[in-house]
Amino acid sequence: MTLQTQQDSAGLADATSSNEALRRFLHGLPGVDQVGAEARAAQLATRSIKTTAKQFAIDLAIRMVDLTTLEGQDTPGKVRAICAKAMRPDPSDAGAPPVAAVCVYGDMAAVAKQALRDSGVHVACVATAFPSGRSALPVKLADTRNAVAAGADEIDMVIDRGAFLSGRYLQVFEEIVAVREACGDAHLKVIFETGELQTYDNVRRASWLAMMAGGHFIKTSTGKTQPAATLPVTLVMLEAVRDFRAMTGQMVGVKPAGGIKTTKDAIKYLVMVNEVAGAAWLDPDCFRFGASTLLNDLLMQRTKISTGYYAGPDYFTLD
Amino acid sequence: MSKAKQPPVAHAGSDAPATSATPVMFDYAPALESRSVVEIASSYGLYIDGRFVDPVDGGSFKTINPATEEVLAEVSEASAADVDLAVSAARRAFRQSWGVMPGRERAKYLFRIARILQERSRELAVLESLDNGKPIRESRDVDVPLVAAWFFYYAGWADKLEYAGLGDHPRPLGVAAQVIPWNFPLLMLAWKVAPALAAGNTVVLKPAETTPLTALWFAEICQQAELPAGVVNIITGAGETGRALVAHPDVDKVAFTGSTDVGRQIARTVAGSSKRVTLELGGKAANIVFDDAPIDEAVEGIVNGIFFNQGHVCCAGSRLLVQESVAEEVLARLKRRMSTLRVGDPLDKNTDVGAINSAEQLARIRELSDVGEAEGAGRWAPPCELPSVGFWFPPTLFTGVSQAHRIAREEIFGPVLSVLTFRTPAEAVEKANNTPYGLSAGVWTDKGSRILWMANQLRAGVVWANTFNKFDPASPFGGYKESGYGREGGRHGLEAYIR
Repeated sequence: MTLQTQQDSAGLADATSSNEALRRFLHGLPGVDQVGAEARAAQLATRSIKTTAKQFAIDLAIRMVDLTTLEGQDTPGKVRAICAKAMRPDPSDAGAPPVAAVCVYGDMAAVAKQALRDSGVHVACVATAFPSGRSALPVKLADTRNAVAAGADEIDMVIDRGAFLSGRYLQVFEEIVAVREACGDAHLKVIFETGELQTYDNVRRASWLAMMAGGHFIKTSTGKTQPAATLPVTLVMLEAVRDFRAMTGQMVGVKPAGGIKTTKDAIKYLVMVNEVAGAAWLDPDCFRFGASTLLNDLLMQRTKISTGYYAGPDYFTLD
Repeated sequence: MSKAKQPPVAHAGSDAPATSATPVMFDYAPALESRSVVEIASSYGLYIDGRFVDPVDGGSFKTINPATEEVLAEVSEASAADVDLAVSAARRAFRQSWGVMPGRERAKYLFRIARILQERSRELAVLESLDNGKPIRESRDVDVPLVAAWFFYYAGWADKLEYAGLGDHPRPLGVAAQVIPWNFPLLMLAWKVAPALAAGNTVVLKPAETTPLTALWFAEICQQAELPAGVVNIITGAGETGRALVAHPDVDKVAFTGSTDVGRQIARTVAGSSKRVTLELGGKAANIVFDDAPIDEAVEGIVNGIFFNQGHVCCAGSRLLVQESVAEEVLARLKRRMSTLRVGDPLDKNTDVGAINSAEQLARIRELSDVGEAEGAGRWAPPCELPSVGFWFPPTLFTGVSQAHRIAREEIFGPVLSVLTFRTPAEAVEKANNTPYGLSAGVWTDKGSRILWMANQLRAGVVWANTFNKFDPASPFGGYKESGYGREGGRHGLEAYIR
């Protein structure tokens, strides 16, 4: 079934017929009570994940990592190094699973693709004038096509926050639709930069907008502004994908990115995925962590469980 | 505005493997709080005049862990003679030490008690969960922190009573007889003892017979804080002990939290005497969800309202009033949410719903639930495996409940929610108020003006807006109608202990 007909049957297609209609739909979604949402996120964060559950969570979290390097000073050598790490995170333990993807700028896509080949680890590229999204649509589309042509399996686009905040929802929607088209077979993650959207109501609206426009994943942040991913923001997004599936049957993934540094943090997110969206989302196809330093902490905790003691940071590769 | 383009390609949902594959399960391994942080003796005496003493008649009873039915300790049963000793110790302390001590000195003791409560919080949380059956998550994150907060708050009032707006020369009443329930054993103690001591009264407190242990620990904390002898006396026992205490002629004040039936008996007992009384009794609170409510948070509020502390909460939101137009959606979400509640070992840090406090209470919950079914309401509970020993009841809801059903009128005091619908705000108010009780209510709506309007219409002591079961020592709490009289908490709570 196509996206069009699935959404028709769910009665969603009319919602995108005009900016007014889209605005009415998005503002008709139930509000989010800030205090309540934060309290719920905080309560879930008190879950105590021990022993076998912790082992399970650590390996799952490793498989969900989009190992990221998005620096002006990135070199082909550094990208090749993180690709090696992505495929085999712990050189001393073949049992440590590979991560989901390596996330780089478009000009590094070819380098990453060459390094990863058919390892199963995806190449994810940020595009569409990342991180600010301040460029003309043709430039954003060219950016996307360029990354896909260079071998990107996944595109992480940013929405036009200016358009969203000023109420030009249809413009944001059409941009996502156009980028999705430019992606071809590549999967599309839609970054909201929730730190700039400010309210949870906006996060919920952006989530629905991106899902209706065909995003495969919704993603919190670029990692370039603060605050980046938070538990309550992710909670609201997980509720959105859960409700979207109930309405249309389609599963959209969620990717918190930025600021998730420790195993403890990652486990809090997994608990939330489990209890809010449901166990079906406990899969790298449906949930990712956008992170750079998280992987080493996961590996450190993983080693601690198998050996019984903590190894120092020098026992884990830099990148 | 141009027409939106829809991409004519398949969505992730139709090709992603995860949709069809059986999902992996994230099973939380047991995460038990250590029982060894608390050492329970095999038997306990009564705490009278600063010492643990044996009861005059030597009677005793057992307190058990409701999750396992194992005996925790043997506890003394106070007779009328013990009550007499305790009241005279309290009277002596009132005359000789506490009643004549400057407020700022009393404050020092209360602050000291508050700090010790914080220092020993882990031990107290474990003990409370063992004796009461409530999940450690709640005793650790709610009960014990609030207990300390109550003492800190009232410690601050002790030297400022003249500024409480209760007259220029506020004076204590004397000896307060306090009888508390089993649902929040230590917290109810704090609600009673902290304001009484801050105002300069001395107390004789009787904890509930099924949950005496944290009160006895509190007695030990009073010793640790070097509180003068007789200021706090803890006598354990059942109904007979309570009756003797409230009837004692040398008591100046009676404070009771518990059932409306016992509250009535107490009111009769003290009628015609000069004793002052505050009663905090039952409830059948309406939790009212309007169609513009933040639905996900409202569902959390409903869950918190009725399943917090196994529903053993006098202000529990036991009647859900949901606006017709969103009833189906709210119920679907509520059921999904209830399916994620983890029922089981109270000491497991991941437990959401613990054990029912006693066999007697479990029988009452079962009886009223059966009545609900017999009256034609639809009963639903998520599939959930209950332990084979101990007292357990699954989180349950009843749909199709009308105002005439017993489960809509009587306090069940368990994890059982009655769901009713309404069409207009006026109907919501009418149904919410149509109960002999009036302790609390919840309103869920995005409209500020409607919150204020509802709060004015609802005859309930506490109205929570877009939240539920929120407590703060600075906020007064108490009921309308059969939910009792008098207020506890805040500046208002001092009034009950001052003349």
